[in-house]
Amino acid sequence: MALNRDFVGRASAPSTPYEVSRVKIKEFATAIGDNNPIYHDREAARAAGHPDVIAPPTFPIVFSLSGGAILADPELGLNFAMVVHGEQRFEYRRPVHAGDELVSVSTVTDIRSVGRNEFITVRSDVTTVGGELVCTTYNTIVERGGAG
Amino acid sequence: MAATVKYDEVEAGQEIPAVDYPVRRANLVMYAGASGDFNPIHWNERFAKTVGLPDVIAHGMFTMAQAGRFVTDWAGDPGAVVDYGVRFSSMVVVPDDDNGAVITVSGVVEEKLEDKRVVVALTARCDGSRVLSKARAVVQLS
Repeated sequence: MALNRDFVGRASAPSTPYEVSRVKIKEFATAIGDNNPIYHDREAARAAGHPDVIAPPTFPIVFSLSGGAILADPELGLNFAMVVHGEQRFEYRRPVHAGDELVSVSTVTDIRSVGRNEFITVRSDVTTVGGELVCTTYNTIVERGGAG
Repeated sequence: MAATVKYDEVEAGQEIPAVDYPVRRANLVMYAGASGDFNPIHWNERFAKTVGLPDVIAHGMFTMAQAGRFVTDWAGDPGAVVDYGVRFSSMVVVPDDDNGAVITVSGVVEEKLEDKRVVVALTARCDGSRVLSKARAVVQLS
């Protein structure tokens, strides 16, 4: 089923603040097989000029999908069983570090058909609770056969 | 934050040697837990086959993380990566055996930008297919 184009421009409410912890960064870094001490050791991170351990570049995927509420809206018409990840991008103002409390606001920026597939792009602006922009993520998912 | 690679010592066209990243089922289970993505296509062969996949496949974000590791290991400080984007172009199929799959990542310094930044173009292959396309990282060098 074609996705509802009325959703382009729709934004989520700000997410509940996500507290970035040293333990979660360590778990994520270990899961991707990365032993870089800047993820695991506060002193190593400080020696590199960071306030605390920082998170790997792809870490915001853990908390930035507050667009999930929009994607799950039945009015959009997205069939999750047919969804695959199409594209992903992270644009940083500064690294995410332990101690950050981050709020995501997600906006549907594009819906388009390519062949028989439907593509939907969600941008998430990730800020601190104090309003400082930390990173912007762009997530494009593909609904296979959705435009057929 | 400071990358260990110096901008003045890098040339456009410079290649970054390939690195192999093995991936086994256990890695996908760990990634599912750490990321919160529990889609069964990443750990349940029976389910994967019912939705038309050849076998369990790796999370696209797991593959993206491996290519990210390649860049951060090159740069020295992961905080030096200021922009990183990919397109997922093919699946990484992970069989349930002792070998799993291998993702091979290589890179080339595609362009030198202002403010000591460079664009690194990444290639990720598995089993003869390009599993990422349009993979680019912008890195702040020293």
